[in-house]
Amino acid sequence: MAASVRCVRTAICSLRAFGNQNERFLSTSLPRLASGGDGDQPPKFTPPTKPVIIDKTQTDATLRRFLSPEFIPPRQRTNPQKFRLERKDMIQRRKVLNIPEFYVGSILAVTMSDPNDSGKSNRFVGICIQRSGKGLGATFVLRNIVEGQGVEIRYEMYSPRIQQFEVLKLEKRLDDNLMYLRDALPEYSTVDFNMKPMTPSLSGEVPVNTLKVRMKPKPWSKRWERPNFNIQGIRFDLCLSPEKMEEAKKWEKPWLEYDMLKEYDTTQLEKNIWQEVQQEMSK
Amino acid sequence: MQVDMALLCRFEGVLTQISKIAQHRTFSVSTAAAAIQKMTRVRVVDNSALGNTPYHRPPRVIHVYTKNGVGKVGDKVLLAIKGQKKKALIVGHKMPGACMTPRFDSNNVVLIEENGNPTGTRIKVPVPSHLRGKEGDFSKVLAIAHRFV
Repeated sequence: MAASVRCVRTAICSLRAFGNQNERFLSTSLPRLASGGDGDQPPKFTPPTKPVIIDKTQTDATLRRFLSPEFIPPRQRTNPQKFRLERKDMIQRRKVLNIPEFYVGSILAVTMSDPNDSGKSNRFVGICIQRSGKGLGATFVLRNIVEGQGVEIRYEMYSPRIQQFEVLKLEKRLDDNLMYLRDALPEYSTVDFNMKPMTPSLSGEVPVNTLKVRMKPKPWSKRWERPNFNIQGIRFDLCLSPEKMEEAKKWEKPWLEYDMLKEYDTTQLEKNIWQEVQQEMSK
Repeated sequence: MQVDMALLCRFEGVLTQISKIAQHRTFSVSTAAAAIQKMTRVRVVDNSALGNTPYHRPPRVIHVYTKNGVGKVGDKVLLAIKGQKKKALIVGHKMPGACMTPRFDSNNVVLIEENGNPTGTRIKVPVPSHLRGKEGDFSKVLAIAHRFV
């Protein structure tokens, strides 16, 4: 009886070990069994420690409660059914393709298929400078400087051409829109194509990079000093005189923050949609 | 100018002053047009001698060989460059195109001969990948490009 139990145990053990790791089966499990076989009193069987397998290719799910902003419908009179249907399709796509959490200011690498290049794929690395669009048509813009030439690509998040998303560096910046990097010095938008992904922290707050950029001399594509942009991440003291900064304040609209009709409180909406997405994703 | 001088006095250190003076331009410049149309200033990105020798006025588009007069990637334009008329091929522009296609920070062209062969032997900047999908015979231009985005 004891022998049969031992037999079963060895079989299970070897099976388990074989399934997990081959070298483990050879190094630790075998001597244990051999020593247990020859003695009168079989020593107490101690199962080998369970190996901890870290799959580096598979990114872990974040512990943060994160809902991608394109899930939240804009405030308008469109039939909500439209957004519900789009959410369904977005979840379908997310089940196939891992779309990780990222923010404006994060460094991403996107691999997309290139139909013009006989089905090969094309990888682009850059800093995310804008996220826009709601629903299935959500887009984001990656910017990089390749061989001294500034290049931007606007990606559709749910496009079937996209094959892989990688977040190389997860961080936020002081602003929600970094379009001013077009007029900043090129060093601020240069990203190495061979950059190694940094391991992001799975819990806690996303780090905010409080970098303030220096700009090229004017003219800029937009008047970034104007209050409607409300840019925090530019060293205006280096490129504009105090008089110019004073003049820009003429366009301030300080009453807008008290406009209650402009408020769009999405907390409840976000909570509901998050629950819906979690349910659907776990199915 | 006076405002600038006042600003300068506030900075300490001679070095910053020198760099500031060097940076200051005495003439006004406008930003390059996003769309490539007539009179757009362009950047020649191949290594041809004509496009790389300095000249006191930048190359300008004087004709776009399209129906609507706006040039996109893969269209041919006529340039006024160094007092000559020369054809060129657009390989990137500031105007945003379709999604998933690159948008460049400058209007890039490659000089071509009348028969469509490129004048230079190398393109120094990345070339949009969707140029390969455009109709027209760009195989010689694509052959001298060494990086696609």
